[in-house]
This record gives sequence, structure tokens and C-alpha cells, in this order.
Amino acid sequence: MHQMHGAGVTGAVQPAIELRGIDKRFGAVHANKEIDLKIDKGTIHGIVGENGAGKSTLMSILYGFYQADGGTIHVDGKLCDIKGSEDAIAVGIGMVHQHFMLVETFSVLENVILGVEGGAVLRDGVDKAREELRRLESEYSLDIDPDATVGDLSVGLQQRVEILKALYRGAEILILDEPTGVLTPQEADHLFRILDTLKEQGKTVVLITHKLREIMAATDNVSVMRQGAMVAHRKTAETSPEELSELMVGRRVLLRLEKGEANPAATVLNVDNLCVDNAQGVRKVKHATFNVRAGEIVGIAGVSGNGQSELLEALGGIRSASEGTVELNGQDVTPGKGVDAAELRRRGVAHVPEDRHRMAMVTAFSAKEAAILGYEDDPAYQKGVLLDWNAISDATANMMSEFDVRPDNPDLKAANFSGGNQQKLVLAREIMRDPELLLVGQPTRGVDIGAIEFIHKRIVAMRDAGKAVLLVSVELDEIMSLADRILVMCDGAIIGEVAASEANERVLGLMMAGVDPNEAKAAEGQA
Amino acid sequence: MSKTVELPRWIDVGALPLLNLLLALVVSGLVVLAIGENPVEVVEILLYGAFGYEEAWGYTLYYTTNFIFTGLAFAIAFHCGLFNIGAEGQAYVGGLGVTLAALYLDFLPFPIMLVVAMLAAMIFGAAWAYIPAYLQARRGSHVVITTIMFNFIASSLMVYLLVNVLRPEGSMTPESEQIAEHLRLPFIHDIAAALGIKMASSPLNLSFVYAIVISVMVWLFIWHTRWGYAIRTVGANAVAATYAGIEPGRFIIIAMMISGALSSFMALNEVMGVQHRLLIDFTAGYGFVGIAVALMGRNHPFGIFLAALLFGMLYQGGAELSFEIPTISNDMVVVIQGLVILFTGAMEHMFRPRVTKIYTAWRLRQDAGEAA
Repeated sequence: MHQMHGAGVTGAVQPAIELRGIDKRFGAVHANKEIDLKIDKGTIHGIVGENGAGKSTLMSILYGFYQADGGTIHVDGKLCDIKGSEDAIAVGIGMVHQHFMLVETFSVLENVILGVEGGAVLRDGVDKAREELRRLESEYSLDIDPDATVGDLSVGLQQRVEILKALYRGAEILILDEPTGVLTPQEADHLFRILDTLKEQGKTVVLITHKLREIMAATDNVSVMRQGAMVAHRKTAETSPEELSELMVGRRVLLRLEKGEANPAATVLNVDNLCVDNAQGVRKVKHATFNVRAGEIVGIAGVSGNGQSELLEALGGIRSASEGTVELNGQDVTPGKGVDAAELRRRGVAHVPEDRHRMAMVTAFSAKEAAILGYEDDPAYQKGVLLDWNAISDATANMMSEFDVRPDNPDLKAANFSGGNQQKLVLAREIMRDPELLLVGQPTRGVDIGAIEFIHKRIVAMRDAGKAVLLVSVELDEIMSLADRILVMCDGAIIGEVAASEANERVLGLMMAGVDPNEAKAAEGQA
Repeated sequence: MSKTVELPRWIDVGALPLLNLLLALVVSGLVVLAIGENPVEVVEILLYGAFGYEEAWGYTLYYTTNFIFTGLAFAIAFHCGLFNIGAEGQAYVGGLGVTLAALYLDFLPFPIMLVVAMLAAMIFGAAWAYIPAYLQARRGSHVVITTIMFNFIASSLMVYLLVNVLRPEGSMTPESEQIAEHLRLPFIHDIAAALGIKMASSPLNLSFVYAIVISVMVWLFIWHTRWGYAIRTVGANAVAATYAGIEPGRFIIIAMMISGALSSFMALNEVMGVQHRLLIDFTAGYGFVGIAVALMGRNHPFGIFLAALLFGMLYQGGAELSFEIPTISNDMVVVIQGLVILFTGAMEHMFRPRVTKIYTAWRLRQDAGEAA
């Protein structure tokens, strides 16, 4: 697919961007350490690293959000002083943010010209922009209706608007920050085709991601960051996911989870015709029917925002069911009247929610306070009418050693732990209760590779101990490596089930986009 | 978004409030200069008026008592994420409870009356807070709006009751009958006299001791009980509370009712301790100043005690001041108090970023020094 492997690696061609000795500190944190980076013109250059490795900081310096403490930026061989995003745009750098910067009620055209309307009277600018947009669309095969309202477009198309915005401003170098986080695999593939087209037209693309699969599929060169330092540059064709992950983490990592066969036993969770409405009365979960047995992991795949969150929250007792029933070991626990999160906990349901900061913990609390959230009524934590902070402290220390939470200080504020360690603390809190059913959402979101491996092992250990596990994740890799059965959700409905042994990315991707499972499998058969 | 070192406690709860206070005093000094008086002299009189002699101490601590109660009241609601500005009305209605108990159950012996009066204050104050709390928890009406409205309602209600119901036959003033002598809280100077110690007479009474006891209990409640934990969880992250099975609405109501009960204890000091009858507007703004007291005291009972002492000092010293220097009228004293509230309460975060920056730089240099 990619024949043009980094024409300029040999140094014959002037690099599009050259960073020399970029250094940046935030207080005690050394976010970027003397970073040197050359990005060749007309290539797709990947930058990988764990969360907190300094990728975003580096790109923010390049785009003028931050000023480097030291070092220089050269664009097309010329020294540039980038003090703000206007300067970055002026030298031809465009950025597509992870969270889109679009006005949803405006049309595509209006969004594209936002900030560069060209004069007080809108009409002239609009007409000119329409011409220009048409040219850009045909040149880069970015089909999109300029008069469509952005809010009505799919996420993939909205991203295209972002790309158009950058191109319209004359970007020669396009930075994409985690662009596939919200896309289906098919949409992601489409994005990579667009990036290829851009490359063929001579543009330079910088792709920031933590997904090695994308790096391998889409880039020509790749640079690896670890703890604020640039640790390696490779030609993509000459490296492997294993090498890259080792470079990212600094040690060998098991990418494929090793797990034995599942031995499912009795049904623990039985969900029948469950419907859940959100606060606005919009139906988010539509007639979901499935079960989870003891000793198996059932995965729910789907593009973010297709009802998985609401389903998980309903099963955790946070949202009420509007229709249908939920049974736990044969007993009715339909969320709503009488059954809340506290009641479900008493009945042995542990819940690791998708959103750590919003739901799973109070970041203003100390670790030991966070470690009793949901279990503050436990008699073991009481001393008369008061809370027994000594016992709680000991319990927290125990959780921390069992789940390798660092630093192992129960008095440290929860906000001061890294994402991975926060997540391990939440998992410890829920798993060490030895629940009948573990509900777990996005267990490794924002978690370092090293911790991912650990968390996956613990979840599989739960299964092997004969517990039922329901896993919701938008990471297909995670679903495919952990789950024994995979349910796919689209637009609130469970549209099919695939045994993990028969699952592959294409079939799941088609189903996630709403294609009937049989058709999806047939399409796969023909492919 | 830049990362910074967390401030140590002594800066957070010690140095920062003092810095704010200093600024308030500097600006007050400029105001005093502007009207042609000597700021140094003013400070001297203020301090002497507040602490210079025995009687002054008594008055300062008497004011402090009120501020402790209303400060604690604000703090407990604040820990639940609620801005209760209804302490004024809650204390007022609480005063009604104390008065009714003392007037209609006057056959009770004093120790039992003490408990009954406390309960009456709590019930009335909590009930008055319950309505806005319910509206917030179940109907989403913002507690700031409803509590301030309930202050007005309480005010009108009490005027009606005092003029038409509680006023003794033949009296011209809208106030209740005096409560029986044996039911009044003993003054500290009387207690001291009974123990053979001679103290100057002042309104300071037993409720000051009660305020200290309540402060300790509030501290235990917030940080060492399940309910306190639940209230703090709701205040810090209501979504996490729901996830944990802590129903936010329930604890919003609980926190508000405790808040109302705490502010109503102010009536023990005023009605049972000093005035010995229910007066129009006996709350006199203590409920509002309690907000500043709590914010300045970082919503911690110990901080609230210190802040309450400061405001007690300003009240007592301020009264002395307007007496000693005629050009500094009572309104000027209010201006000075207002400046202190402005700088320590409303603008308490003004210096924080800068202090954090300086401290971070200092720490980094320190760390670098250790490393080298």
C-alpha cells in the first residue's frame, strides 16, 4: 500500500518540520526532554507513546499552544517562532484535534470559513470559499455537502470537515491527534485512504496515536516517545508492533493475552427486553436481550455512543429501566424502583464504570476515601458510629499491594495518581469484593500498556474463578482478546452475537455500522 | 494547564488567609486616610476595643459565638456542594422555636429546658431549611434562589407573629414576653462568680462553650462518619455518589437540614442567653457574615473558629471605634468589615495562583539543590 517509504530519511530532501532540542517543563514535570525530530516532506509520520509520554505537549508546542523552554522549530528549513496558532497556520501547519472544534449548528461551509471569512460582507467570502472548497474536495476526494449542517453529519464526516478547515487555511503539514478514537474500523480505514491521498498530493501528515495497529497500517516513519523523551525513530516497514511496544514501555510486553478456554456454568445475569431512556426521554437502549454465565466474559462492542454506556449504567443500578427485566441468579433486580447501585452491590454486583473521573472516583478525595466509595457502609469499616480510618487505611494498603498501585500511599490525593494507577485502585476496590458479577467498562482507557496487561490478566482471573464478567469496550482489540462471546451494539440495539473464535475486525466493524450479522458474515465470505 | 506543586497546609489555611486579611487592612487603611484619620491609630483602637480589657474580650467572644454557629451551618451545606445563604432565616425561625419552648414550657427545670430548647431550635431551623432543600433535591430549584427568598418569608412571618401573636397584651414594642429567669443561659461572668472568680460583666454566656462542643461534633461528623462521607461525596461528585448508591437528593436534604439546625443554635445565644426574649431582626446579618467566616475558615471547624474570632473582633472593636472616633461612623465600620469579607471571602483565590507559582519555583530550586 505504501511504496513511498520516507524519501527523505537519507537527508536528500529538506524536512517539512525539524525540531531541535525542544524542552518543556511544567513545574516539576519534565514533559519534553531535548526532543529532536525530523519529519520528511510528503510522508505520513507517526508519533506513538503511552499516555503522558509527552506527545500532546510536543504537538501543542508545534501548534503554538505552549511555548518551549528551549530548542528551535524549523519549517521547510526556516527557523520559525510559533507564538500562537495563527503563527502555526501562517507557516502552513494545520491541526485536527481529538475533540472537534466545530459549530454544530453551522453548515460545513460556514464552519470552514470560520475565522477567515474575508471581509465584512459575508457573501463574497462565502462564494469564493465555495469555489475553493469544491476544488479541495475534488483534489483530495473528500466528498461532503458544503451546505449540510455539521451537527447532522456522522463523526467521520465531521472529522473530514476538520481536515477541510485545515486545508482551506493552506495547511501543508497536517497534525492529527488521536483521530480514530471515535471512528468505526471502516471509517478509520477511510480516513487512512484520505491521508494517503493527501500524501500523494505532497502534503505532510503527522499522526499521533497510541494504537500500534494504525501506525503499522498508515505511516511511513514512526517516532516513539517515552517519559518525555524521544527514544527511537524507525521506518515503519522495518519495525514491528512488538518492537514499538517495547520501546514505548521500556520493557517486553505481552501483546496477545494468553488465556485458556472458558468453562461457562449457570446463568448469572439474564437481561430480557431491556429498554433504557436518558434524561431527555430519548431511548438509548432498545430491547436488549442477552445473558452472562458464570465463568465467561461477554464483551459488548460498538462505536462509542451507541447505548453501551447506558446499558452498563442501568445494569449497575444508576439508570432505571423503562421496559424489560434484569435477573441476577434468578432474582429480579430490574434497575429502578427499589433496586439501586447500593442494593446491587449488596447482591454481589461490582461495577467498574467507563468514566473514571466522572463516576468511579472522587478525585478530590484521598486514596483511602476513594477506596471505600460504594462500600462505606461495610461493617468492617465502622467503629461505632464513626468510620474506622485505621481499618480503611489497612484495607487500602492491601488493595494497593495486591494490584500494584503506585505510589502505595493511602493518604495521597486520588487526583495525584496516574490514570493507570487510579484505574487499578478502582479495579482493586471492585474485584477484591469477590463479586458474582463484574460489570466493567473501558477498563484500560487512558491506561499505560504495562498496566493494560495487568488489568487484562486480573479480569481473566475473575472469569477463571467462576465469576461472570460483562465487558464494554470501544477498543476492538480489547474485546477480541478478552471476551468469550461478543455482542455488537448499534443505535441502542444488540444486533448480533459472534463467538470470539469466529470474530474478526471486518465482521465486527460491519456490524458496528449496523449491517445485519448474516450479511456481514456473507460480505466477509466474499471478500 | 501547567502542572504545579500542591500547596502545603500551612500556606493553604494559614498564610493565604492572612495575606488576604492584610490586603483588606491595607485597603481599609487607605479609606481611613481618605477621610482624614490616622490608620495606625484606628488599628490600635480596634485592637484595644476587641481585646484590650476584660469586658471587651467578653463581647468579642459573644459575637464569635454567633459566627461559629452560622459559619458551621454554611460549611456543612458547602461540603454537600450547596450554597446555603438562608442561615439568616433559619436562625430567625429557630429563634421562634426556642422562644415558644421557653414561654410555653416554662414549668420545666433548667437542665431539661436546655435540651428542649436545643431540640426546638434544631427542629424549627431544620424545618425551615427543609423546604428549599426539598425543592433543590426533588424539583431542581436552585438553593441559592430559594434560601434567599426564604429569608424574606421568614422575616415577614416573624414580623407578623411578633406584632399580632407573640406581643404581650398592652405592649407597644413588637417583641415577645421575657422568658422566665430560671430558664436563661447563665452568663460566663456569673459562672465565674459562683466559682469565686471576679470577671467583668458581658453578654458572653454558656452558649460559647456549646459552640466549641458543636464545632468538634461537626468536625467528627464531616470527616469521621458515613453520613459525612456521603455528604462530601455528593458535594465533590454527584455522579460518583449515584454510582456508589449514595442518593444525592437524600443527602442534599440531610445536609441542608443539619445546616438549618446549626444556624438556629445562634438563637440559643441571642434569645436564651442575652436578649431573653424574641426581638425583631435579632439575627442582624450574622447569617450572611457566616458565609464569609466559613469561606475564610476553609469550611473546617478550626478555621471557622479562627475566622469567627476575627469577625467577633471586628464587630466589638468596630463598635469601640465608632465610639472613640466620631468621624468614623458606624457605616465606616461596616465598610471595613465589608472589605474584610470581600478580600477574605469573595476574593479568597486572588493570590492563590501567584503564591502557588512562587512556592512551586521555590520548591523546584530546593529539589534541584538537594539533587546536586
